[in-house]
Amino acid sequence: MTEPAGPKAEITEPHWLSAADLAKHIAAGDVTATRAFDAVVARIRNLDRELGAYLALDGSARAVAIEIDRKRKLNEPLPPLAGVPIAIKDNVVTRGVATTAGSKMLAGWLPPYDATVIEKLRAAGAVIVGKVNCDEFAMGSSTERSAIQRTRNPWDTQRVPGGSSGGSAAAVAAGLCAGALGTDTGGSIRQPAAFCGVVGLKPTYGRVSRWGAIAFASSLDQIGPITRTVEDAALLLEVIAGLDPRDETSIDAPVPRYRDALTGDVAGLRVGIPFEYYEGSVDADVRGALERAKATLVERGALLVDVTLPHTKHALPAYYIVAPAEASSNLARYDGIRFGAAAKGAKNLLDLYMKSRGANFGIEVKRRIMLGTFALRSGYYDAYYKKAQQVRTLIKRDFDKAFQQVDVMLTPTTPSCAFRFGAKTSPLEMYQADVFTLACNLAGLPGISVPCGLSGEGLPIGAQLLGKPLDEATLLRAAHVIEAALGIAKRPKAVS
Amino acid sequence: MPALSRKEVEEIALLARLHLEPDELAQMEIELGAIVEYFAALADVPTEGVPPMTHAVPMDLRLRADEPAPSMSSAEAVAAAPARDGDLFVVPAIIGGGE
Repeated sequence: MTEPAGPKAEITEPHWLSAADLAKHIAAGDVTATRAFDAVVARIRNLDRELGAYLALDGSARAVAIEIDRKRKLNEPLPPLAGVPIAIKDNVVTRGVATTAGSKMLAGWLPPYDATVIEKLRAAGAVIVGKVNCDEFAMGSSTERSAIQRTRNPWDTQRVPGGSSGGSAAAVAAGLCAGALGTDTGGSIRQPAAFCGVVGLKPTYGRVSRWGAIAFASSLDQIGPITRTVEDAALLLEVIAGLDPRDETSIDAPVPRYRDALTGDVAGLRVGIPFEYYEGSVDADVRGALERAKATLVERGALLVDVTLPHTKHALPAYYIVAPAEASSNLARYDGIRFGAAAKGAKNLLDLYMKSRGANFGIEVKRRIMLGTFALRSGYYDAYYKKAQQVRTLIKRDFDKAFQQVDVMLTPTTPSCAFRFGAKTSPLEMYQADVFTLACNLAGLPGISVPCGLSGEGLPIGAQLLGKPLDEATLLRAAHVIEAALGIAKRPKAVS
Repeated sequence: MPALSRKEVEEIALLARLHLEPDELAQMEIELGAIVEYFAALADVPTEGVPPMTHAVPMDLRLRADEPAPSMSSAEAVAAAPARDGDLFVVPAIIGGGE
């Protein structure tokens, strides 16, 4: 993080400033919001043809930056994100700005309303730059399942950015925005953040309103920030968190000033090391980086405690029953009638449903709708969906028990670094990419991925911290300490 | 746990209101079968007496006042419909229609 060096500081690369620093510099008059916005858009024009992060730019965004500058000139008070350019994953609706969720089904759709998180960002002065790519309806772990375009990893353009929030992570890593929103149903914020060397925070289920997030699996989905610094993740969470009467599952709890948690002090913090997350096929480079993360925390006075989460191995099959079951229900709304694509020349209503959905959903979405329909089918419900929800209770109990002994847990975010396009050939192989992230969603816990170094091949590695419900502050505090010691100083080679 | 038959895949596709091309049906038969076999491992987890989770985070049902409030206009609500007639959605015949 760069400290603002006073009012005379010359800002040469506003696109590389953190959101917090950019907001300070704009408020101080060191740089205008318009210049910061133009720098980001120029970069998008130069670099995004290759990276493919953005799907749409908001044509009204520059006017927002100009308005911030006008207020600044009049010495009007500026909100916390005034003039900060933010990118939005394309499964969060934005009024009048094309929102596809990465699907042909929603091609050309202009939502008639803003998601609650968008309203909150706008109220905080953020400049919504545009919409960024994702796996179709957020179903995937590489963004290869977007029906719109391919997004490349800025660290190695032959590799995936992760997913499903791959466009968000790539845009943040490449300086194509100051920060982004993603959604996380089984790791879709944390895994791409790890692959792209940025910070990704999945809040506690219910911490952030889901109103206006295009539903995938409603008991698991959460919106959260993807940023270049832990401080920015704290800042964005402060802005987007809170009770929303339009989301019955949003939690009625005060929103703390999360940035106050970034004290650098982890003395006495009890850090759980669940051995199930260090077994098996974890790459040597990832293991090494995690050892350094552990050592960093111990040097600062934290205590490592071995814990066990015995039902961890059942999380993946339970997830791939629960998430598709809920998806099959949520995606029933795409019927070719009220909005979205419709087949031409349907003979009757059933024909319209079958053909509209058959022609406009991609193969992974079809696979998950099929899996979910299978699991919810009469006579199979108890064996699959109910069983998976019981296993979910067991997974939650594991965490509850372990959290009696520890304050946070430290694990790898992913077993390996970003993989090459086409490397995961079967669905089950791709699903394994989420093996360390999805238990957190099943249990409703907050989780963060923070960069903790580069592999021998120069690819980012993420450390994941898991916390108690609503204890994002402790996650951020520990992540901040890891970032200070092991954060990646280099910039991605494709864009530096 | 037997893998899925083609007939079962076709039945599920109909329940899901999803037209699948022959190559997709073939692909689903293989892939869904493998995934369902993978799920079968859950059957061995003892869950007797374990309540199925409904909410990860305990929450009370909140009720809000039953009062009218401004909402989306009909024109906005139908604006994105593939076929509309004024403020109405147009649908094809529900029964029959040349089957």
